[in-house]
Amino acid sequence: MQDESKEFKEDPRFKVSNREAIIGCVIAVINFIWWFGFAFGMGSKPVEDYTYILGLPAWFFYSCVVGYIVITVAVIFAVKKWFKDIPLDDEKESEES
Amino acid sequence: MNWPVIIPLLIFLVIIIFIGLYASRYLNTTHSYLHEYFLGSRNLGGFILAMTMVATYGSGSSFLGGPGAAYSIGLAWVLLSMSQLVTGYFTLSILGKKFAIMARKIKAVTLIDFLSERYRSKWVVILSAFSIVIFLFSAMAAQWVGGARLIESITGLSYTTAIFIFSITLLLYVIFGGFRAVVMTDAIQGVIMFVGTLVILIATIVAGGGVSNIMSELAAENPNLLTPYGSDGSLTPLYISSFWILVGVGVVGLPQVAVRAMSYRDSKSLHKALIIGTVTVGMIMLGMHLTGVFARAVLPGIEEADKVIPLIAMDVLPNWIAGILLAAPLAAIMSTVDSLLLVVSSSIVKDVYMNYVKPDANEKRIRILSGTVTTAVGILVLFMAIDPPSLLIWLNLFAFGGLEAAFIWPIILGLYWKKGNAYGALVSILVGVSSYIILYSIDTEPFGMHAVLLPVFLSLLGYVLGSLLTQKINAEGQREIYERLWSA
Repeated sequence: MQDESKEFKEDPRFKVSNREAIIGCVIAVINFIWWFGFAFGMGSKPVEDYTYILGLPAWFFYSCVVGYIVITVAVIFAVKKWFKDIPLDDEKESEES
Repeated sequence: MNWPVIIPLLIFLVIIIFIGLYASRYLNTTHSYLHEYFLGSRNLGGFILAMTMVATYGSGSSFLGGPGAAYSIGLAWVLLSMSQLVTGYFTLSILGKKFAIMARKIKAVTLIDFLSERYRSKWVVILSAFSIVIFLFSAMAAQWVGGARLIESITGLSYTTAIFIFSITLLLYVIFGGFRAVVMTDAIQGVIMFVGTLVILIATIVAGGGVSNIMSELAAENPNLLTPYGSDGSLTPLYISSFWILVGVGVVGLPQVAVRAMSYRDSKSLHKALIIGTVTVGMIMLGMHLTGVFARAVLPGIEEADKVIPLIAMDVLPNWIAGILLAAPLAAIMSTVDSLLLVVSSSIVKDVYMNYVKPDANEKRIRILSGTVTTAVGILVLFMAIDPPSLLIWLNLFAFGGLEAAFIWPIILGLYWKKGNAYGALVSILVGVSSYIILYSIDTEPFGMHAVLLPVFLSLLGYVLGSLLTQKINAEGQREIYERLWSA
């Protein structure tokens, strides 16, 4: 199975797309940890001991409100910084209308 | 009749129909009808792509059932629904450019076109087409009922009248405009959903006398409403987290979502859509569900929790603004149903008819057939929705989880794992769907998780084992597939 690579060249654009898929997974993992950590890390104490930020319980504020902002910023940063602009069509034939 | 509410709704419906007629100009001038009708000629820009992803995925439940649950359960349900933030960027970055490039190589129009070229197995195609038609048909009918009920409750028209209004609007723009009309209306519907969410959230906070005030009122009523464990303290971290699969990352496996990931124009559109999609989906999920929780302090004692959003909108806003805003849940339902309708018809026309019945069908025939099939499916749903049979309701329970369990691995591993083959995909689909139906019927929360979790895991196991054990069979064919899809 190995020798096929001699005559066969893999589409170089797939390297780019593989990398971007991994970036997507990494952001998702960070997203999950942030969401879970603040929610159950801070939200598990008795309600009397809750602190409040902008009127919302702190666990909720950090997990859902700040989490939303952090992940949005992370996505913007990743896209601007690491996502590459590549052609999607095969060069030989185009199917534009 | 509540005219100030009805008039904005009617204007909304008329605008939507006009967009369909506008999009039909593209259908009449295109030289590949099939690509235009089912895929909009792969021409989506970033904004439209983001909006159609969000709108297709965010169904009526984001505006009716979801906020209703938040109303009864409290902040824990907002936490749970925020697991959907991941859909804003995950689907597009995972399927991403690879899916778009491969789809272009093989000129795929539907998800099944991709599966068919990737696995070259008649059974994979038949099984996939079958699951899509069965599951999405029932999901569509359920949403259809929801749309009509919403019109009924806002306008006071009878259910039957409401369902005809809903169906005629929908069919007009889908049949005349195809995919392009669907995504253009999705974009408008997405904007209405986004703006509507902001306005209704702010109005509810104002009506409740500020967030602090609302929170202390809720704490006085039941402190558990403020915890991540729900109003009766019964939600576990594991249960809430398992929604990350059902409504979060698992969405990759839904055909109506996946097909959008091959419809965009270029990689710039994808980049833009990732950002806009994340912002939009987060805002809608956070805002709508929070409104549901806040509504409890403003309008306590609502019996039918599903009606929280319509009731609160009419309570806290002037009538005519409420009318515009109530177009939001209707928009959410319509934008989901229209996509499902198109996916089901594309499965029938492209995947079944053109693959197996008449591969050499000419342009004119396809043109007539596509319109006819969409109409026929639409009318069939219409009649089923008037009095939904219990089989349909039963099937709908399994629709999204079943499709995710079936397709998530054949799509993702099909793209990223060269050793994945037809046997793996077949085992994965069969194991995924059947284990989900069996498990869900026995216990909707086995081991304290949502029932979708185990089947997704089992279908992964099935895919990997099935592929590895059959590497020797048809190695030559496998190599051909590899060379066609992966070559430069």
